[in-house]
Amino acid sequence: MIKSIFALLKKDLLLEFRQQHSFYGILLYIASTIFVLYLSINNPEGDVWNGLFWIIQLFVCVNAVAKSFLQESKGRMLYFYTISGAKEFIIAKLIYNILLMLIMSLLSLGLFFILLKNPLDNTLQFIGIVCIGGISISLVFTLLAAIAAKAQQNAALMAIMGFPLIIPQLLLLIRLSKVAFGEIFREGALLQLSLLIVGLDIMVIALSIILFPFLWKD
Amino acid sequence: MRKSWWKILAAVLLIYTFTAGFLIKVPLIGNLKETIRNLFFHVPMWFGQIILLTTSLVYSILYLRKPDLRRDIYASCFAKTGILMGILGLITGAIWATYTWGEPWSNDPKQIGVAIALLIYFAYLVLRNAITDIDKRAKISAVYNIFAYFIYLPLIMILPRLVESLHPGGKGVEGNPGLNGADLDATMRLVFWPAVIGWTLLGTWITTLNIRIYLIRDKNLLNAK
Repeated sequence: MIKSIFALLKKDLLLEFRQQHSFYGILLYIASTIFVLYLSINNPEGDVWNGLFWIIQLFVCVNAVAKSFLQESKGRMLYFYTISGAKEFIIAKLIYNILLMLIMSLLSLGLFFILLKNPLDNTLQFIGIVCIGGISISLVFTLLAAIAAKAQQNAALMAIMGFPLIIPQLLLLIRLSKVAFGEIFREGALLQLSLLIVGLDIMVIALSIILFPFLWKD
Repeated sequence: MRKSWWKILAAVLLIYTFTAGFLIKVPLIGNLKETIRNLFFHVPMWFGQIILLTTSLVYSILYLRKPDLRRDIYASCFAKTGILMGILGLITGAIWATYTWGEPWSNDPKQIGVAIALLIYFAYLVLRNAITDIDKRAKISAVYNIFAYFIYLPLIMILPRLVESLHPGGKGVEGNPGLNGADLDATMRLVFWPAVIGWTLLGTWITTLNIRIYLIRDKNLLNAK
């Protein structure tokens, strides 16, 4: 099982390296969005900066993760169906999307620092939160991308389904990020929030693994 | 399902709710005054909504275990009535809030939670409409329904407890996110629980009617199986 997960993951990564247009496409998407932000709001306050950052993450994720399933043609899916199981396939996709989203999140954080200054008190802590956030968002959108791909719809349907579903996590993340802006939390609240996010992540992974096999078969 | 005793029970309980709910003596607490009677209408909507959406979830799970279009119709109809009860709960809540908190919408965590919940289930309806193939629609919307329910539940069960809220049961306040059970006056309890059962039964009744319409409309499809 682990072997086939690695094989599928390797195939996705190789595909990413060889068809660089999609990777660079998302990069350009991030760069131009943040540049537009820079032109429209120069030097935003901490709260605005925080809100904007997470909203941008959301849009990046929709674009980056959406194609992970939409790019697989029907014939290729049939091929995967013959060589591996549904669980292996979704786990490989989850890992791949986490990796992709981590890279994108950290790159957009870098661009935010360059263009919109750095209002953070504790940059290292925020980087940690960004990693957790990137993972959570990409997990939720992986299964949604699978649903949207099955419905043979474009990314619009994914946004309609995904935005309400991601709000709990996004609110928790925005709340948690405030610690990096120097806000003092109640004792234990920080741990409670982080555990809640991790708990939600574990639940989403479990649901993806349980539910994907049903989508897989046609 | 077609036995009528529970429909009569629903009607009797709701008549009781409307008469007793407006006539009994209620304790006058703080700025709630007489608006506390809204407890018999606003809170049961949420009980009803959760129960109906949970029923919808159960039918979605059943559908995935054994694909049968009837189960898909059940799941979607229960979800629709759940949405209806959510909208009614939002309206009754907004009316209540106008007189106690001063404005219909004050960005209370639970108001936000409900707004998100409605968005999630509207997306369920959009998804259903977006797929034309019937079997595919049933399967995909069942998967989404299950996924959405398990994200929706922590949203209303955990998040409101963590933040300050105007509702009972927020941070530092006793009680669950729905209401503070221990606070409920003994006479009010006599109306409140029958009201919950009455409204839930009414919701189920509406759903069964809707289900029967769909079953007749898709008669040919269902029998062809």
